Amino acid sequence: MENKEYLKTVRKEMPKSKHALTMVRAFLTGGLICVIGQAIFDTLKYFMPLVVEEMIHQYTITILILITGILTGIGVYDKIGKFGGAGSIISITGFANSVVAPAIEHKREGYILGLCANMFTIAGPVIVLGIAASVIVGILAMIFPGLFLR
Amino acid sequence: MNIFLLYLQVFVVGGTFCLIGQILINTTKLTSARILVIFLLLGVVLEAARLYQPIKEFGQAGATVPIIGFGANLARGAIKGALERGFIGAMTGGVQSAAAGLAGVIAIGFAVAVFSKARTKK
Repeated sequence: MENKEYLKTVRKEMPKSKHALTMVRAFLTGGLICVIGQAIFDTLKYFMPLVVEEMIHQYTITILILITGILTGIGVYDKIGKFGGAGSIISITGFANSVVAPAIEHKREGYILGLCANMFTIAGPVIVLGIAASVIVGILAMIFPGLFLR
Repeated sequence: MNIFLLYLQVFVVGGTFCLIGQILINTTKLTSARILVIFLLLGVVLEAARLYQPIKEFGQAGATVPIIGFGANLARGAIKGALERGFIGAMTGGVQSAAAGLAGVIAIGFAVAVFSKARTKK
């Protein structure tokens, strides 16, 4: 009896503490990735003070994607993902990783049907829904411009 | 502005998005593709409702690096395009403003995949 009760408590308690830990890790990892992004942004802005912010932002994103691509290629991003959970998924780096990782994994099936076709197994839905949603918002803005003027 | 405070804001905003994502994963067992889609669409909606700009001003890269910022970027481009160029702007504006991320992911992803060796998963 006692044993059963003990197991019950263990089952109740175990995932909870694990949840707390994964949440802390996600927060730290995600925050750190964003801080790195901000550092890249500030550095670029320092060296290119005349360039508009929008373009520096795009440079920042591209550099983050490049870093992620390389880290995924050498197998380091996998480890960050194991530690960081959602922290490594939700940022643009997670998006880049979701493209690069299946591409490498399916490379042996050939370049066209393996590498290229599998690049979008996870990113595909994101791109499709993202672009579709943006077109819907755009058409709404065209019909009701008053609602969207800033 | 105090640079330490700014970086703290970036850290907290970016971290909070990831924390919310982790809670979603832990409680609903959603796959990472679904999490990405949810956050992306949330970004589109928040930007369309004009709620994302204040988050972005406060959190800077903390708001633009997570995929939610990518969604907001898509919506912002589409709205800007629609207001400036009508229908074609509405169609192309979103992709235009997100082009850096899309082209970057595709081109860099392809290059990296070509040059790396597949590892067997342990």
